[in-house]
Parts: sequence; structure tokens; C-alpha cells
Amino acid sequence: MKKNLPILLALAALVVFGLVRYEHFGSAYNITSFWRYNSMFALISVGMAFVIITGGIDLSVGTVAALASVVAALTSVYGGWVAVLAGCGAGLAVGVLNGLIITRLKILPFIVTLATSLGAHGVALLLGKNDAVSIAAESNFGNFGQGDLFGLPIPGIVAVVAAVAGWLALRSTRFGRHSLAIGGSEEAARLMGLNVDRTLVMAYAVSGLLAGMAGVILAAQFGAGQPNEGVGWELFAISAVVLGGTLLTGGEGSIAMTIAGVLLLGLVFNLLNFENGLGFISLSAYWQSVIRGVFLLLVIVLQARVLKQRERKRVAAPA
Amino acid sequence: MALKLHTESLHTEPRLGETAQQMTAAPPASAATTVRKWRHLAMQREVIVLLAMVLFNLIFTPHFWSLQTFNVNMTQVVTIVIVGIGMTLVVATGGIDLSVGASMAISGALAPMLFLNIAGPGGIALAFVLPVLAAALCGVFNGLLVTRLSVQPIVATLVLFIAGRGIAQVVTDGSLQAFNTPAFQWIALGKVAGVPFQVLLMLALVVLFAWVVRKTLFGQYLLITGGNEKAAYLCGVPTATVKLIAYTLCAALAGLAGLISISVNSSSDANVVGLGVELDAIAAVAVGGTALTGGKAYIGGTLIGALIIQLLRYTLLAHGIPDAAALVVKAGIIVAAVYVQRRSR
Repeated sequence: MKKNLPILLALAALVVFGLVRYEHFGSAYNITSFWRYNSMFALISVGMAFVIITGGIDLSVGTVAALASVVAALTSVYGGWVAVLAGCGAGLAVGVLNGLIITRLKILPFIVTLATSLGAHGVALLLGKNDAVSIAAESNFGNFGQGDLFGLPIPGIVAVVAAVAGWLALRSTRFGRHSLAIGGSEEAARLMGLNVDRTLVMAYAVSGLLAGMAGVILAAQFGAGQPNEGVGWELFAISAVVLGGTLLTGGEGSIAMTIAGVLLLGLVFNLLNFENGLGFISLSAYWQSVIRGVFLLLVIVLQARVLKQRERKRVAAPA
Repeated sequence: MALKLHTESLHTEPRLGETAQQMTAAPPASAATTVRKWRHLAMQREVIVLLAMVLFNLIFTPHFWSLQTFNVNMTQVVTIVIVGIGMTLVVATGGIDLSVGASMAISGALAPMLFLNIAGPGGIALAFVLPVLAAALCGVFNGLLVTRLSVQPIVATLVLFIAGRGIAQVVTDGSLQAFNTPAFQWIALGKVAGVPFQVLLMLALVVLFAWVVRKTLFGQYLLITGGNEKAAYLCGVPTATVKLIAYTLCAALAGLAGLISISVNSSSDANVVGLGVELDAIAAVAVGGTALTGGKAYIGGTLIGALIIQLLRYTLLAHGIPDAAALVVKAGIIVAAVYVQRRSR
């Protein structure tokens, strides 16, 4: 818990700062549009958290989302649900492919997902003929990104459902517990008789599926499949997971804290927009990446100190 | 040449392993030599692939055998190879540097500000020195995070990956700086005996760093640190310093690549300079035979890896296959290359 304190404090500080300083920060409009936009990042970050918990990494989520957005846009002529399923299916397929290459050919996840990232980008460009693909005008597919259900943004609901499902899966299903065990020590997990390969394939499949879902939302929200979008999303997701206190070595991690990481990164952008809206100063949009980087640095430094203290305790305890 | 580099740089490690083993129990001498032969073949394979691709192009691609084709292909890989050399050093320590593109953007943003505002040769000289130093500073920052705070390299370099390009964009306000300064741009556009200077610079750097890895104390320390850091530390190798130097060199080389990149384009755009180069460099390193787990550094292999990827792209383009399809093939090549290397180990 102590490890998570810096990020929770930072998050609370940003929210309080926003509420005090900007009149419309707490407005329903700002909250729903923030939620709608960041649902895509929440989805890929939850998937990334699972993969990182197993001790791996998935660099392909960004271009997989782009691929899924193109697939969804192309299939939207057959109806909204077909587009959603096709997009998610494309993501799932790449995820399973990642998992199979990693477990069968025993290649480092970093390299495999780097390669599939290039491949997915290439396929997305081929399918989209190097350009954005607009969704079918008469289909109801756009609702999936722009519509509301009970007054709440649909992509936001999807993201919350995925996050809660991920949270439950990690703490109380066999898949979740096995993922944690594999991340702790793959060798020990294997010796205990866990089906390591199947769990790993599932983790990458989940990541691919959620990236596909993010791509579907991307296409529905902006009315077009975007083959060149999604570049750098994987690093956004990794920083959200790291901000949430999940170690890249695996074996430990939290879905709830990952969502906190997504919120923190999203808030930086949101607050910057409000600050510029006030008109006192004009910070260009470029500052957001600098500020995000500084946040990441602060959290890393604080976590490193907490981890060192823990290490010291562990060394001191047996003596 | 590259072939020799590989086998030579490889020899250092088994030798160390051998001596350590000999202390405990004398191992069969043949084991090491078989391994060496295997690696020898493995390295030849990468050269053979490259030669096969050249041969294929000589037969099937019209106008392939010309200085112009050579120059086009070589200039395409210059920045990737220069960044890849530094990446090879970092990967050899068991790390990775995602921030090289940001370092390129920072140095690329600084240089025009210097030579456009300070007249005369002094400005040009400063424009070569200060940006590379600024990039090196990024490397020091990465290195300190990795060594002092023991942050994992991916996470440590992620900070500058995100913030570094932002810094370059803030400094230039995101605007494009166009220029026409032949004295500065000579680093990229100048030619010596028909070959672009940047290509010669790249080859010189490959030879220099291959020598550094093979023959210098730093090179030995680098490989031992990546091979088994704890053991190296206990043997008295200053592992923290070695890693710090590796990250600093990597960033400085990226800074140099940034200068070449803006000179080629006659303009500096912080949004674009070095975008995605980290993945290209890592791909070149991996195809070149350097394992991402550390302990090996094949500088010549990185050059060959980058050439294989580039020549593949050129071949596909020359035969009318779109660039997007080349990406898919590139993905296959990376997986296949790493898989084959795994098998032969």
C-alpha cells in the first residue's frame, strides 16, 4: 500500500487543484468527455497490466488498435455489431499469435511483439490502402463510440466493465492467480505443474482483445478507421501500468492502480487544456508530454526508494 | 570484416567461462571449440543472407549495380546504424534504450538554433559539439536512473522517451526550422570520392566501436557486465560505471544521428526527427545477432542487420510491392532471425 501512496496523493492533488481552479472542471460534460476519450487507454492498459504481471511486455497494442479500427470500419457496412465483433476478433487473433510465438518458439516477448507491431501496422495500411477508412454512413456503429446508455458514455461503460472484470479475474480466478505465479517465477510455476504456456497465451490474448476493443472505440468515436493512429499507445499503457506500481519484472500488480495511472496521465492533458482556457498563460500542447514524463520520473524515484527500504528489511529480517 | 568481428568478440566470453571452469574442474577442451564453430557458422549465415539478397537483386533488379543504388541504400541506414551501435552497447549490458529517438530530436532541435544565431565557423563548431553533449546528458540521466536507483532500463528510458521529444518541441515551439547551411550540412551531404561522407562516418564508427568492444578494457567489462552482473561486480568490475558509459555513448551517438538527420532534410522538425528509430535500431541489433539478454555485442552484426532490413525493403519496393507489405515481411524477418539464432545456441 505504501508503494501506491505517491500516485494516489498525486491523483488527489490534481483533482483538488482542478476543482478549485477551474469552474467547469467538475461539470458533467467534462467528466463524460474525459471518460469517453480515456476509455481506449484504460482498455489497453488493463491488457498491458496482465501481460506485465506475467513478466512479459506487449509492444503491439498500439498498432493492433489501429488494425482493429480499420477492420471495424471496413466491416461496418454489415452492421454495427459485426463491426464490433470483427474489430475485437482481429485484436484477439494478433494477441493469440503473440502468445503462440512467445511460448512455442521461445522468443523474448519484447522482440515478438515488436515484430507483430510492425506486421499489424503493415496489414492495417494494406487494408486501408494507406489512408483512413470512414465507417459506413448508414450503420449504427458510430453509436458505440459516440452514444450514451443511461446517460453514460458507452465506451466508458465498456472500459469500466473490462476493468472490473480484469480486477476480479486477477484476484479470484485461476487465470489471474496463475499469471501472478508465472510472473513471480516461471520456473517455479512450471515445477508446480501449472500450465504456463496456456496462461501466457491467454494473457497475450486478453491484451490483444482489449487492444482490439480500443481500436473499435477509436473507429466509432472518430468515424473512421485510422491505420496510422495508435503509434506510441503501447508506451502510454506501459507508463500507466508502471505508475500503478506494477513492477516490470512481473509477479505483482494491480488493475485498480493501473486505472489510477491512466487517470493521472489523462488528467495532465485535461488540466493543461483548462489552464490554457483561462488565458493567463499559454502552454503549448507539447508541455503535456514533458509533464507526463516528470510525473513518471517522480513516481519511479519514489517507488525505487520504497523498494530499496523493503529490500533492506528483507535482508535484515533473517539476521 | 564483420564476420571476423563477430567470432573475435565472441571469443572473449567463452574464454572467461573456461578459465572459471578450469579452476573447479578441467572441462573437455573440445566443448568450447564446437561452440565456437557453431557461432562461426551462425555468423556466416547472416552474411550469406545479405550476399544472397545482393545476388538476387543483381540478377532481377534492373540498374542495381550502380554507385547511386549503393549510395541510396547506404544513406537510408546511416542513422539507424549509428543509433544501433549505441543500442548494441546498451543491449550488451542487458539493458535497452527507448529514448534514442528523443535524444535525436533534442540534438536536432538545438543545432539549427546555434548555427542560425551564431555567425561564422564558431557557430558551426558549437552546433556540432553542444547538441551531442546535450544528448549525452540525456544518456547520463538514463544511466543514473538505471545504476543509482536500479530502475529497470525499459522504465528508466521511458521517462525521456515521453519527455525528451516534448522538451525538443517546447524549445522550438513545435515549429519547423528550415535552413541552408552547406558548412553544417556537409556532415550528411558532402561526398568523398563519390561516396557520401555520412556513409564513411558510419563505417568509421562501426570499425571504431568494434575495436572498442574487442580490444579495450571497457569492451571486456561491458561483455562481462551483461553476461553476469553479480559475478562481474564481485570480480571487481565497476559495473555501474560501465553501464553509465554505455548509456551515455548510446545517447551521444543518437545525438550525432540527429545532426545527420536534420542535415539530410535541410530542416529540423522536433515532431519528426528520430521518430520510431528506437524500434528500427533494436530490430537491427536483434537481426544482427546480439541477444537482448546481454553479454554479447556484435557491432558489425548490427550493420549487417540494418543492411538486411533495408535491402529487403528496397527489393520489395523495386519490384512494385507496397511499403506496407514490406512492414509485414520485416516482422517475419525479425522473428525468423531471432528464432534461428536461438536454435543455434
